[in-house]
Amino acid sequence: MVESDMTGSTPGEMSPLLNDDDVLNEAARWREEGRTVALATVVKTWGSSPRPVGSHLAIDQDRNFVGSVSGGCIEGAVIHEALEVMDDGKPRMLQYGVTHEMAWEVGLACGGQVNVYVEKID
Amino acid sequence: MKTEILNRLLLDQKAKRQVALLTHLETGAQSLVYPDETHGDLAVDAALQTVTLDAFRDDRSHIQATPNGDVFIQVFNPSLRMVVVGAVHIAQPLARMAAMAGWDVTIVDPRGSFASSDRFPGVHLINEWPDEALTELDLDRRTAVVTLTHDPKIDDPALQVAIRSDAFYIGSLGSRKTHAARLKRLKDAHFTDDEMARIHGPVGLSLGAVSPSEIAVSILAQVIQNLHQKEADEAA
Repeated sequence: MVESDMTGSTPGEMSPLLNDDDVLNEAARWREEGRTVALATVVKTWGSSPRPVGSHLAIDQDRNFVGSVSGGCIEGAVIHEALEVMDDGKPRMLQYGVTHEMAWEVGLACGGQVNVYVEKID
Repeated sequence: MKTEILNRLLLDQKAKRQVALLTHLETGAQSLVYPDETHGDLAVDAALQTVTLDAFRDDRSHIQATPNGDVFIQVFNPSLRMVVVGAVHIAQPLARMAAMAGWDVTIVDPRGSFASSDRFPGVHLINEWPDEALTELDLDRRTAVVTLTHDPKIDDPALQVAIRSDAFYIGSLGSRKTHAARLKRLKDAHFTDDEMARIHGPVGLSLGAVSPSEIAVSILAQVIQNLHQKEADEAA
């Protein structure tokens, strides 16, 4: 990840990874470096979910990632699936819903539900 | 997604072109759809094209059911715009904070010593009178206008253009007394109460803000509040 430099750069450039288009820029840069990259996109939400439709998470073959598809609740599971997508090249639709707060399972404690589409960039 | 599609999408965004990425959620086929053109391996018929144009207008990405299966339409409209009139002290933190929040910021000030690139590195500056500049900027429903000079010579012409534009937010810095005097001048210039009610003044959410940075937070917060309120109203 690039550390944002608040002092030495112009406002348009000073925070490279804050917005969703920056995630896509980073994914494109990774591709140029020859990395294997998958892109996860929130395509549907129900109830209170932390990230809106269209939010992106880009992942490379070494589990480096930028962006988010939730407030951190499901990223680990999405990254795991993204590695499978990188392997077989087949896009997948993932669904995550409400979990019991105390359970050790993947889901959204906020009570929402999200559908996440994961595809390889090739 | 093909790298070629991704790179093209990023070039479109850089050029501030309106574009949507359509993805067939079973086959993975994708196309970039523009208001008057399509590029990619997903076939886009007239019905899907129409739905995409609606999505542009509503600025809303969603899954669309089609006879051939579900298609995700992701809208990439150009950034929301904030036009700041007055290259004053408060404009410095406001321009930076708004850029961080994803806004495309333009600062208008006819006084060249204020609107200098030394004071606003990297910010789009226009050294013109605001009535001319704002008319040229074509204030649309994705634009916020904030006046900061509290000099009637500069703020008033800007407000007169903004009030009769599609801008979704208009805010004007100044004390209650300054704002009351401003409204009186607009009334004398035959603006209606409804038109004048569009101006948020004194500008910003009431945070008790004192420093220029704090005032910038209160202004940006109010702009964001109005943006999402507008979206909620339109969805209802």
